[in-house]
Amino acid sequence: MYKTKFSSLVVAALFFITGCGGSDNKTEADNSEAPQSMIADEPVDDGQGIGKFKDVTLAAIDEKLAKEGQVVFDAKCSACHKTTAQKVVGPGLAGVTAKRKPAWILNMITNPVEMTQKDPAAKDLLAEHLTQMTFQDVSDEDAKKLLEYLRYNDQEGGEEKEEAKK
Amino acid sequence: MKRLSILTLTGVVTSLFFFGALSSCKPPKKDSGLSADAASKVYVAPGKKDEIYLFTSGGFSGQIGVYGLPSGRMLKQVPVFSQDAETGYGFSEETKPMLMTSHGFTPWDDSHHPQLSRTEGQDDGRWLFINANNTPRIARIDLGVFKTREIIELPNCGGNHASPFTTQNNEYVVGASRFSVPYDKDGDQEIASYKDKFKGTISFIKVDKETGRMGINFQLLVPGVDYDLSRAGKAASHGWVFFSCYNSEKAHTLLEVNASQRDKDFIMAVNWKKAEEYLSQGKGMKWPTNYAHNVYDEATHTATSTMMKEVTVLDVKDLPGVCYFIPCPKSPHGCDVDPTGEYICASGKLAAVIPVYSFSKIQKAIEAKNFDGDFDGVPVIKYEAALDGEVEKPGLGPLHTEFDNEGHGYTSFFVSSEIVKWDVKTKQVLDRVPTYYSIGHLCVPMGDNIKPFGKYVIALNKITKDRYLPTGPELTQSAQLYDITGEKMKLLLDFPTIGEPHYAQACPAEIITKHEVKFYKLADNKHKYAATNEKEAKVVREGNNVHVYMTSIRSHFTPDNIEGVKVGDNVYFHVTNLEQDWDVPHGFAVKGANNSELLILPGETSTLKWVPDRPGVFPMYCTDFCSALHQEMQGYVRVSPAGTNPALKFSTGE
Ligand code: HEC
Ligand SMILES: [Cu+2]
Repeated sequence: MYKTKFSSLVVAALFFITGCGGSDNKTEADNSEAPQSMIADEPVDDGQGIGKFKDVTLAAIDEKLAKEGQVVFDAKCSACHKTTAQKVVGPGLAGVTAKRKPAWILNMITNPVEMTQKDPAAKDLLAEHLTQMTFQDVSDEDAKKLLEYLRYNDQEGGEEKEEAKK
Repeated sequence: MKRLSILTLTGVVTSLFFFGALSSCKPPKKDSGLSADAASKVYVAPGKKDEIYLFTSGGFSGQIGVYGLPSGRMLKQVPVFSQDAETGYGFSEETKPMLMTSHGFTPWDDSHHPQLSRTEGQDDGRWLFINANNTPRIARIDLGVFKTREIIELPNCGGNHASPFTTQNNEYVVGASRFSVPYDKDGDQEIASYKDKFKGTISFIKVDKETGRMGINFQLLVPGVDYDLSRAGKAASHGWVFFSCYNSEKAHTLLEVNASQRDKDFIMAVNWKKAEEYLSQGKGMKWPTNYAHNVYDEATHTATSTMMKEVTVLDVKDLPGVCYFIPCPKSPHGCDVDPTGEYICASGKLAAVIPVYSFSKIQKAIEAKNFDGDFDGVPVIKYEAALDGEVEKPGLGPLHTEFDNEGHGYTSFFVSSEIVKWDVKTKQVLDRVPTYYSIGHLCVPMGDNIKPFGKYVIALNKITKDRYLPTGPELTQSAQLYDITGEKMKLLLDFPTIGEPHYAQACPAEIITKHEVKFYKLADNKHKYAATNEKEAKVVREGNNVHVYMTSIRSHFTPDNIEGVKVGDNVYFHVTNLEQDWDVPHGFAVKGANNSELLILPGETSTLKWVPDRPGVFPMYCTDFCSALHQEMQGYVRVSPAGTNPALKFSTGE
């Protein structure tokens, strides 16, 4: 409210000088950007998410890579995610590799802010969890290790594993 | 509403300008629509960024203010010499050492002159230096993070006012004493012995090219007058530094009268390259002393304070060719070097002219020994021999001059409250514009560089009076922005500032933003008590010290339930913010702490010390709104009575 009033005043003032032949300043009222969430044209959803990864093909699970992925996960993800189905800050990640395409997961890890603004599935997740996942300064290489770890976790059956520990 | 009142005020200003008695120049065309034009020139639309950074001294707040221009919007206050409860600076265990001096913990000072680091005579946007006037110190702020990273105390110095000024390539940051005092090693002297025993110093601080790390290379021992302001030579005069001096009467009481007796004081010209030669010939003396050198380590996120025990000094009266005095009318303040380095102009607060000296004439006079005797063993060059010309009848109470890139000087006049534009070559006054009220320093963006940016001049005013809505007896401090692109200077904007804006420096934003740091990488965090993931979170007791290795991420602390603490323990909350994106700080506070909060930036570790004074359960929480679940970011510490033996327990989510 306040802002609208305030800029119309300025615009009015600008009009006034143009009237006096004072200057040919462009009015700047049109160049304030709408917040991202209000942008209308959504891309077609191909389930790959938004970001630099596309059509990622997978080989058999590399356990060594998965182990390295676990180290990264403990450092950068475990404060918000469990590998069971249990929600903490973010959703439990058990079963996520069955639910999402590999490229989508890699994009979510490396580009979460844009994903939760534009990708339909990620938008729904934000609406549910209400905390913005932020990029955790993960290299592409580490993102692939994380994906390997999540695949390994799903193969092992994350949920039962956690149950068994108790 | 605010904007509207600025428009109206500008209208008032315009009419003052048209009808006021102050202006001796041709009035601008009446229909130029000054006020509305001004609005468009300072309007930065929502979501758009300013073109220029302005760094103002916080004056007696001891800090630095950061503003965007042309909007005048305040962006940040950088804590430097004073504790800052908002960020925990000087309250956290990591930053307390930054405020150590040889006098112990010194939580306040008076900061006057921000000075940007430079390369080839141009602002390079890496660091900002600023002086502490009261307990003499110089600070270095890193402009990647906008945080104070180093503070060095200056020994043998009273009132570090003519400070800090950088040489062309940051070879030195230079600071000189305002109050002459007896030197530290035999400081206890009768005040009446001023004329014999009281002396000044000029400190030459070397700056490491890579790290910015400062160290006092040497101090010059100089005559006991008051050194006020300074500029380093550049281009033609690179290798020299110039100081204004007052109180050549050497008065030690009622200076208001007694230091204004002589009709000339001095500009002091110092050849620092020559001083370096003497230093390398071993002419320096090592004096015992005691001063603090405080450095914040980027890797450990922790400052250390080291007491230095010795300083190298050179006595200028024994070392010919280092120092010269040049007479200068009445109590000069500003001492400014034009972009070519050839012209040095001095502003005598009580003088009727602005003398402009020529560097090449000074060199010739030195060669020809065209001296008028000496002052305390330092040769005095004849006024006429050094002078290029005088700006006649410029105004009342000239203070300080900066330059544009077109051969113009802009001088502030405190008494007549105006800015005067003049031609450096011809010494002709070209334009004048009133300031509201009583301008002190002024600032042209890069106005002390070899190539000034120009475009604006900023008036840093001493008196506010009726310019803003009143706020009781204490009013806001104030600055004003003027357009200098045309023949006539035009007032565009009033904007309030924090603390007294003694001086400011400004430069285009991209010079600063190219050094931008968005967060601290957890992988590089070498803090002794960091927990860089939740698995490392723990509580450890060592005698009465309890160390809590705590993490924060939206929106919980780990651990968030702690038991086993006793009354009188020293509890250290070492909080590591696990976020790795920009603009996600977390705060931390605990009930009853005789301390501030912590504000912990992404990837950073900060420590709050708490000594619980009674048994009970104490809530702790995040103070900086961090997510939709911020209000849930909380926990408890149970404190048991002294002398009991409660088990140490800690957890989250159990
Ligand atoms: C600050 C807490 C936080 C951190 C740290 C975090 N996430 Fe998330 N994550 C979330 C939230 C919350 C969501 C749901 C989307 C949203 O609200 O932004 C999410 C969603 C996801 C999803 C989609 C889950 C689904 O059901 O489709 C994946 C995959 C994911 N995160 C992986 C990671 C990985 C891997 C890391 C470590 C590099 C990580 N996250 C770090 C909070 C976090
Ligand atoms: Cu928080």
